[in-house]
Amino acid sequence: MAEITMTEALNKAIDEAMAEDDGVFCLGEDVSDKQGGGVFKVTNGLSEKYGEHRIRATPISETAIVGAAVGAALAGQRPICEIMLMNFVGVCMDQIVNHAAKLRFMSGGQTPCPMVLRTTTGVGVGFGGQHSDMLEAWFAHVAGIHVVTPSNAADARGLMRASIDANDPVIFIENILCYGLKSEDPGPGYRVPLGKAAIAKEGTDLSIITYGRTVLDALEVAGEMEKEGVSVEVVDLRTIAPYDEETVLASVNKTGRAITLHEAVKPFGTGAELAANIQEKCWDSLKGPVRRIGGTFSAVPFATHLEQAWIPTKGEIVEQIKASVGKE
Amino acid sequence: MAEIEREKLLDVYTRTMKVNRTDEKFRALLMEGKVAVMYYCVRGQELVSAAAMAALNDDDYVVCTYRGQGEQTAKGIPIKKWWGECLGKETGTCKGKGGTMHITDPDTGIMVTTGVVGSGLPIANGLAMASQNNGDGKVTLVSFGDGAANIGGFHEAMNMAQLYKLPVVFLCQNNRYGEHTKFADHTDSPDISGRAAGYGMKGIKVDGNDVNAVYPAMEEAVEHARSGKGPVLVEAMCYRMMGHFFGSDFSYMPKEHLEEMAREDPLPKLRKVMLERQFTEEELDKIVADIDAEIDEAVEHALAADLPSTDEIYKDVLEEVS
Ligand SMILES: Cc1ncc(C[n+]2csc(CCOP(=O)(O)OP(=O)(O)O)c2C)c(N)n1
Ligand SMILES: [Mg+2]
Repeated sequence: MAEITMTEALNKAIDEAMAEDDGVFCLGEDVSDKQGGGVFKVTNGLSEKYGEHRIRATPISETAIVGAAVGAALAGQRPICEIMLMNFVGVCMDQIVNHAAKLRFMSGGQTPCPMVLRTTTGVGVGFGGQHSDMLEAWFAHVAGIHVVTPSNAADARGLMRASIDANDPVIFIENILCYGLKSEDPGPGYRVPLGKAAIAKEGTDLSIITYGRTVLDALEVAGEMEKEGVSVEVVDLRTIAPYDEETVLASVNKTGRAITLHEAVKPFGTGAELAANIQEKCWDSLKGPVRRIGGTFSAVPFATHLEQAWIPTKGEIVEQIKASVGKE
Repeated sequence: MAEIEREKLLDVYTRTMKVNRTDEKFRALLMEGKVAVMYYCVRGQELVSAAAMAALNDDDYVVCTYRGQGEQTAKGIPIKKWWGECLGKETGTCKGKGGTMHITDPDTGIMVTTGVVGSGLPIANGLAMASQNNGDGKVTLVSFGDGAANIGGFHEAMNMAQLYKLPVVFLCQNNRYGEHTKFADHTDSPDISGRAAGYGMKGIKVDGNDVNAVYPAMEEAVEHARSGKGPVLVEAMCYRMMGHFFGSDFSYMPKEHLEEMAREDPLPKLRKVMLERQFTEEELDKIVADIDAEIDEAVEHALAADLPSTDEIYKDVLEEVS
């Protein structure tokens, strides 16, 4: 089978869903082919195929974009809205947190909100403090939303289809540095169920629980550690919230050691929730404290070497693994 | 309309060329691969920024955007520090931590450079509110694009500024595009300045490529705001003569638009006005040569400057209390 990039995978998943269901439509800034099919080309070719009504290029109006997605979802459609970069959710948090997430609950189940909010971000591009943050914890902290992020192209395809199928809001986070990653194309109709983690690499001594771009770092480090006789298991959450507790706990019960890893800042990050839950539920099998690795607790700096110092490095992962297994 | 005073005209010319030469230099450095950073070109908008800054006092406040090079250099930011910041050096205005999209220099009144579209307007109101409260007589000018006029915060800020008669000049640089989206594809309003009427605010629409139109308009707006009569929305019509940021294409711009843009280029027009007003070619060239020399020196300084120390990533998060 042919290989596809993550960009193509997302495009195919959206295309397929739009072909199958007239209620699926996209809205966001610069998403139509008139403007090049999205700044990262994810919606490339779709307005030509489905028309400007189903690939709506909007004004720069994040509140109106997300609000319209909420409204259309209430009326039974399946909107996929795009917030160009994740930091701009700051403009429209009300629509996401107070409306999309809560309308099902507050209406006693009458008004579910089946919508996907696609967005992208990532540290390491030189975009500075207002264009780089991973803000998944903001959403994971709100009941009523799925938070999803793929680490490879095949998962991107499957997770996008599943997100469009879902009857609740999904925040779908793409990493700018991952768009070019290639996988075998899993083909049409492929779905990766929400709330299902993947064991990206099996191991017996320690579990790294991570998602998105840092899965790649974890895999690389795990490969190196193998040579030193440490067997690392890498759990790719794929859905950050609500996450696959069963897979995470089973992995830690097996290995007895856990490290959480994300690019987002460490304090109050998703790693804190994972660590707390692991400690509550795997206490008897743990051989040491759960360790957390995350970004520096400051805004993402501009200068390249500061930005590189800011992100969790592979060196730091190695160090934490060694400390964890008692190999200094 | 009265002629612009000769001295003021020269001031506007000098500031315009400062902006233009900085832009040219930046693009040359990027092209040569000497630097690799995000840079939002201002080619075509130099005169608007220069006229606006020339109409302000040195201690007035400015809030601008990622495309703020024009406001920053025309306001008089120390250019060694400016280049230092753009190159991510310790010598930069923000120690290399802010970068091209977040230049701040309170000493010259550059209070915020935001990378988030439309976010500057409410902040400008706050700066102006402080001036109104403490009677310091300052005006705040906030610059933003045509696309930014569709952000909810625009509406909130406009309404509040007029309600309180805040000393703010809202400068919309209408370059006809927001990223790849053309004006007519993002609003059905015939223009942005017309929206002022809905708030009871004074609105001015002006040709930003004509110094004889744009400078007097900026002066009028600043005067109005300073006098206590309230805010003004100025829409300066201009063109973004390069892609959205350095390196991005502009294939989506129709041929007619590109032609119109070339015809309306503010620089040859300004030069013509200068010559008509009896400035000599030599005088004008000398100004540019001096600016170039100053920029070259600043760039060398920035290239040679130290990188910020890595522990800077832990600093300036909160006040350090010892
Ligand atoms: C709230 C927000 N949404 C989207 C963006 C991405 N973005 C950056 S610049 C830009 C276009 C802005 O157009 P305009 O206001 O006309 O200013 P110009 O770039 O033309 O100077 C967009 C959509 C952003 N920075 N902030
Ligand atoms: Mg514009």
